[in-house]
Formats: sequence, structure tokens, C-alpha cells
Amino acid sequence: MKRVIKFILNGNTVSAEVESHKMLLEVLRDTFELTGTKEGCGQGECGACTVLIDGVSINSCLYPVFEVEGKSVTTIEGLVGEGGKLHPIQEAFVARGGIQCGFCSPGMILSAKALLDENRAPSDEDIKRGISGNLCRCTGYVQIMDSIRDAASRLSGQD
Amino acid sequence: MTDYTFVGSEIPRPDAPDKAAGKALFISDLVKPGMLYGRIKYSEYAHARIKHIDTSKAERLPGVRAVITGYNTPEIRIGFMKDNFALKKDKVRQFRDEVAAVAATDPEIAKEAVDLIRVEYEELSGVFTPEDALKEGAPLIHEVDPRGKPRKDNVIQLPWNWSEGDVEKAKDASAFIVEDNYETQLIQQTCMGTAGCIAEFDLQSNLIIHSKTQIPYLAQNDFNQALVAMGLKGKSTRVIVPYLGGSFGTGLDTHGYEYITILLAYRTGRPVKILLNRVEEFSYLSPRQPSKTHIIQGCDKEGKLTFREVNMLLDNGAYVSWGATTPTVMLMPISTLYQVPNFKYHAKIVYTNNTYCQAMRGYGNPQATWAIENNMDQLAEKAGIDPLDFRIINRNEANTESFGFKITSCGLEECIRSVGDRLEWKKKRGKQKAKARGVGMASLFHTGGGCRIYRSDGTGIIMKLDDFGNVSVSTGGIEMGQGFNSALSIATAEALGVTPDKVSVVFGDTATCPWDVGTHASRGAYTSCNAAILAADKARKKIFDLAATHFMPRVKSILKERQKKDPNFEMPDFDFESPRDPSEFDLKGNSVFLREEPENPFLRISLGELLRAVHFRNQGTMIVTEAFYDPNNTMLDPKTGKGNLSATYTWGAQGAEVEVDLETGELKILNFVSANDVGRPINKQTIMGQFYGASVIGFGYALSEEIKLDKGRNMNPNFLDYKIFSARDLNFPLNIELIETNDPEGPFGAKGVGEPGLVPTAPAIGNAIYDAIGVRIKSLPITPEKILAALKEKDKK
Repeated sequence: MKRVIKFILNGNTVSAEVESHKMLLEVLRDTFELTGTKEGCGQGECGACTVLIDGVSINSCLYPVFEVEGKSVTTIEGLVGEGGKLHPIQEAFVARGGIQCGFCSPGMILSAKALLDENRAPSDEDIKRGISGNLCRCTGYVQIMDSIRDAASRLSGQD
Repeated sequence: MTDYTFVGSEIPRPDAPDKAAGKALFISDLVKPGMLYGRIKYSEYAHARIKHIDTSKAERLPGVRAVITGYNTPEIRIGFMKDNFALKKDKVRQFRDEVAAVAATDPEIAKEAVDLIRVEYEELSGVFTPEDALKEGAPLIHEVDPRGKPRKDNVIQLPWNWSEGDVEKAKDASAFIVEDNYETQLIQQTCMGTAGCIAEFDLQSNLIIHSKTQIPYLAQNDFNQALVAMGLKGKSTRVIVPYLGGSFGTGLDTHGYEYITILLAYRTGRPVKILLNRVEEFSYLSPRQPSKTHIIQGCDKEGKLTFREVNMLLDNGAYVSWGATTPTVMLMPISTLYQVPNFKYHAKIVYTNNTYCQAMRGYGNPQATWAIENNMDQLAEKAGIDPLDFRIINRNEANTESFGFKITSCGLEECIRSVGDRLEWKKKRGKQKAKARGVGMASLFHTGGGCRIYRSDGTGIIMKLDDFGNVSVSTGGIEMGQGFNSALSIATAEALGVTPDKVSVVFGDTATCPWDVGTHASRGAYTSCNAAILAADKARKKIFDLAATHFMPRVKSILKERQKKDPNFEMPDFDFESPRDPSEFDLKGNSVFLREEPENPFLRISLGELLRAVHFRNQGTMIVTEAFYDPNNTMLDPKTGKGNLSATYTWGAQGAEVEVDLETGELKILNFVSANDVGRPINKQTIMGQFYGASVIGFGYALSEEIKLDKGRNMNPNFLDYKIFSARDLNFPLNIELIETNDPEGPFGAKGVGEPGLVPTAPAIGNAIYDAIGVRIKSLPITPEKILAALKEKDKK
């Protein structure tokens, strides 16, 4: 069954005809060609496919695309500003070595955004909880934690 | 030590912005016009004869473009012993055996088509432990060897026997002897980006393959051989490598899925992609080999090691990959982590109907070090010597040779002492038993200067300067996530005299990048940075030769321009006409200048300006240099088993403070420290990233990770049941120190350090548990259940 869905994607209203069984991840990658959202497991266990829906981080591999109707979706591409200007959280990940192979990075950064939008001064425990659904095999999380602490201070500077 | 401008600083890696923005492309992101999607039908048995394969229903499914089996395609043999086949005929030997494959216009159709393939089997009895594989009358996994000669047993014919001195005599002379058995489990690399490739043929039947590999040139050779098997002799392969999404050894061999994709692409005349999903990655890629080790060693009254004897039984699984050669690296800690005058090491590696094993970060070293470092603590205890002191007594040192390994620099003692100091060893060791707390440590020895397991351990660099003073460095090495590109751009900048932002690293294309043996054995940065130094020296020489005649005329025209704009500007009184000597010039910070007058603003022009001046003129020229660096190391001599495998070696120590809950068996790590002889860091940020990341893989190996096989079938192919560490599991301080020994062979003193950070993690924790509660867990992973069982056993005694 196909249906037209309409939602806000990275600030723009978009619509697409999609098949009923599709998950948001597939539609983002295949229909909208936003390949920054990654499939790491397809089972909601690794967080590589994390996107924000109305500001809340979700695993897009398990999110039926029909449910996105009328909602606002933010992908990693949506964080990049005009002229390729990185978001302060992305800048912090670059500056602090929070990125190695880069596969988990988009999801990790979006989980960090969901956390920091809620809490500008997270404790280490808050940060660990905030990214506990995002697996990374390269970094051992230490420099990711550094990145998120740095992002928090960059964002506080902006507030 | 020499002071460098960029080497040793903390510089964000060049690929980070694209990765942060989601713009970096992995194999999962690549699509080709007209591309088909391939999928593989795997075996339903661990050991069975194939009676019949019915593909008719799959062939009739709309959207299916090809269905292939071993019966309708040329035979392609895989692996260095050629005992594996891209598609299996007659027999399957493991659950991951590929029996058929399809290409279709859509991944869902491909999946449906695979489900429509019916295979009739006659089940054979299987062998699922190496012990069973060795029993008299055990079913043969391979009835014949690759040459067609009948096989008598399941033992793989590899010469893993080494010895030095006289172990039996040394046993008699030893004051203390201990022996024990240690086991390690099957674990998976779990790259976050799963494996895959896209294969296509041009109209001349040359192959272009985008693949997730660490060995583009050895893969090219493998694929060329496959082309010959396909009747395409003389055709060539171009391997293109996207960003990998992690590799950790998975890309060290070529895989069945790659050859199947090639066969499908040739059959259909279209680009074909196979991308493994997570369940397939867990079930059908090769994990790190499990091991069973018997170790016996002794020391004299002063605690000097007298001998060591190690016997291993290794479950290879159904086919031989490079993973079967890991005993060559296991040899290293057995013979040389400590000074041991007499040793014997034998590894028996056998076929079973389990999944076949492969390389993983550390290449056998974690398995060997698990046994050695546990047993070192046992021997220290028997000899009544503190285990830290015992390690210092027996440590290896710089400027010595041990079983053919030439030690040019060695920070082992410093590493051990650093770990001890930071754990407050003297205060805490053996003194916190009342709280069920303890401290423990373990050391490591690994290759750090390449590893000559092929005839060449070389790597090429092409350094190309453009009209703007930008430098592109083409390398055969691969950026997997480890920070290779960053090290190479910093080394190039340092050696050439430009800033790192001027350098871009080009990798991953066999058509444009020079040869490299593969990014493995912690050799990537070491070899490529050494090659970059050679290529940069050549470029500097060319630049200065050109500066001799072109520098002063260029200075003159710049000054004249200035005079035109500013009539008050007074021309300095230089000799613009006489040629200079090349040795008068230097290049630093993107500018060419006269050595004698580094501060004179008029006698300094940008590198780009000089390059444009020599390019845009009659008979102009441009600067491109190349270098091929092959480290000063040797293969193991087939007769003696000895050789200086690596041009330099890394050393390190790790230590843990732990607390055990005696009721539940739960382990709490309170503090984890490591100290690592890195020679000299090139980029402190990325090198720390290597050690943090490796340690955490080490924690998973020690405590949580295990592939559970039930008669050869993977029972936990997902992240819910196969537990890698999450950020929340890292609930203790992880404190890493870099020890600088400035290795004479290393680029700017650096050693390769991709792997060592996970080598001694498990025994460091195991030894701490023993200090805390007096029980030694002898098989990995160390689970609460095993701790409780060991405590119960201890109470009985």
C-alpha cells in the first residue's frame, strides 16, 4: 500500500509517496538521499540511525514512516548551516577527536544534540546515559565524552 | 629530542568535518546507475552433502536478473591455502557456506528470491571442538587437500613450531615451576559499518570493484586470479576503497561475498552490490580465533625466567584464511616479551565445522598474552616475588636481540613502573583483600615497524605539488578510522615544510595510488610516514634546485610590482642576477627563503609563487616525487623460525584496580591505567584515540563479548545478545600515558600503535581479580557466573 506523507525535514516541508511497510530510515536514505543517517544493525540496538523527531532522538530503522506525518525530523544534514558551517556540536566532535571511522558519528551527534537541548550542563553520568543507545567500536567513548562536554560549553557560550 | 613544528601536537583529523556532517561515503552509501542488488543463500547445515539445488522458482521471480550456484559458475578458490570456494559444490562445511546467490533489481526481491531457492542436503556428522576434530575416526572436514590428495586428519599443515635452548634441561635447573591451562573465546570485530562491495565490468571485461578492504593490492591480486578462473586471463582489476566504517582485521582477507558479487556482475553485465546486514555480518564474517593454551614455565631462586613451554590448540573453523597464521605473532610475546633463555612453542591448528576464523586487531597476541601474563603472576607468587618486580627482573631491553627480534628501543620498564605508580601498587597490592579489592597488571610486546609476512612489507607514496603550494599525497595505505590520514598529512607537512592544512591525502584506488602490502600489523602510519619523509626529501631537493635560478628573479619581479604601486618604495640592493646554490634555501611554513636571512621579508616567497614561476614559462616544470619505503625487517627463516619481523617493536603495560561482589560475582573496575611505548606521537589526539578505543575493545574481550555457537550455528548475531561496551559500561577512569622512546627507525621516532592497546587488557583485569579474591579465572570472558563458580570451588578446598 502506498500513501503520501507530509512532514518537516530539516526545516522544509516535504512530501513523498511511500510504501506502508517502510521505515523512516529507508525513506530518508532512498527517497530523500540523505545518506548521513546510517544503518548499523536495523534492529534498534546500535543507534547509528538516530534522528530527531520533534527534538527527541529515535532509531529511524524501527520508526514506521507513516508515523512521521506532520512531525519535524532533523537529520545530521540538517545540523549543517549555510556555507557548510558545522553546528557547534559537530565542531566540538571535530576538535576533540570524537570521530574515528565516522559511521556512528551522525547518530552520536544527534543523540548529543537531544541531550544538550534538554540539559546545557550535563554531568558525565547524564552524557553516558544520553549516548548509551549509540554504540561506537572505535573511540572507546572517552573523546566522545570530551566532545560533548566541549559542545556544552560552546552552546552555553551562545546562549 | 628534536623539536618539531607539527609532529607531537594535537591536530583535528582531516576527515572529521565530512564525517561529522554525514557527508563521508561508506560502501552502504554508494549506488551506481543500473545497479542490481545481490544476496547470498547460506548453508542450512554445519556439515552436509549438497544433493540438489533447485533455483527454478527464484529464476522466475520478476526482477531477478541472475541466480548462480557452484554448478553454473567457474570454480573460484579462496584463501592462501586455496581450500575455500566462492560457491560451494558437493559439500558444505559450516553454516556460513555460500551455496547460491541472486542479483535482482531491488534488495527485497533479492531476499525473496533467495528464500525461494531449495537445497536438498544429506546431513553429515559434524565436529565442533578442536579436541573432537583430533579424535580417531573424526569426520573429515576436507576429504582431500587443495591438490586433490586424500587427507588423513583435520590438522592443518602449518609449521607452527619454534624453540630455543634446552627446555628439558632448564626444567631440571629451575627453582620454581608453574603450569596451567588458559582459554579464550570467539569474538567478533563488530565494525559499525557492515561489509559490502560493488562490482562491475567495463566493456573490455576489466573489473572495477568498490570494496571494504584493508588490502587493496593483495585483493587486486586475488581478484585477478579469480578473473583467470572465469576465463578472463589478462584482464585487470581496479580496487576502490571508500571510507570503511571500521575494519579491525575484517578487511585482511578477500571474502566469498566479494567473489560472488564479481560473478553476478559478470553474469548480468550490470553493477552489482552486496551489503551484509548486521545478522549476516555477525554470522558470516570471520571472527577472532578462540584458543586453548597449556603453558609451563619456570624461574630460578632470584626470579629469572629459566624456560617457557607453550602448546596451543586452535579451532580454525572450516577454511584457512590469514587468521591461521596468527601463531607467528603469538610467538612474539612467548619468546620476547620477557627474557626467557629456553622456550618451546607449538601451535596445532585444526579444521572444525565452526565458522572459519580470521584476523582481528592484535593478530593472535591477545590470546597468547592472556596465557603468559596470567601465568607470570602464578610463577611470581610461587617464587615469592611481587608480580611487578618479577616483570622488571625479566623485562626485555633496548639494543638487544631476542630470538631474532632486534630491539632498537624499549620502554617496557618505564611502562611497568608508570602503571605501578598510578595504581599505587606498593600501597595496594595484596592489602585490600578484606574489601575484595585488588590490583593487577600485564605487559605487551607487538610489532611497531611493519611486519614482513610477505616478501614485500613496502608502501609507496606519490607526492604531487600544485600551482598553489598544495600537496596531494597518494598512498597505498587505508584510512579505516584509525587516523592514518592525519598522521600522514602531519608527517608530510613536517618533512616538506608546509602546514598540514596544505596536505590532502588520497587513498583507496589501485589505479592511482602506489602499491602497499596492506594496512595491518600496526604498520600503516609507520611505513607511510617513512615513505612520505623520503618523497618530501626528493621534493625539497627539486624545489631548491629550481630556487637556485628562479628565486631571485621572482623576488625581483615581486619587488618591482611593489615599486609600481608605491613609488616611495626603495628597491633593496640585492644581487638579482647571479644564480644561488640550492643549499642556500629552506622551506618552512609554506615559504621558500634564504637560510641565512630567515627574517628578511623581501627574501621570502610563498611556495606557490615559486611553483607557478617554474611552471608557467617556456620549458616549464612541475614537482611530483615518489618513494617506496620497505622497512628494514625480515621474514621468519623457514629453517630456524627466526627473523626480525618488524623494524621496531612496541611495548606497554596495563593495570586495573577491581572490586568483586562476593554475593553476585559481579566485577567492578575502579580504575584502569595503561602506559604505552609509542616511540613518539605524531598526532597526540589520534594516538590517544587508538589507545582509548583499543582498551575498550579489550574490556569487551575480557568481560562481555562471546559468540555463542551451538553446533556451529551462531546463536547471538545481534548487539542485544552480543555485548560490546556502551558508554555506560565505561563507568570507571581510563587513564592512558604515552611513553616516548624516540625510535631510531621510526618516522620522527614514531612506532605503529594501532593494535597494542587491547593486547594485555584481559590478563591485567584477571590478575587484579586474583589479588582481590584469590581466584584465577582461566577462560574468557570473565563473567560473574565464572567468578562465583571459582569462589565456590575455592571454598571447597
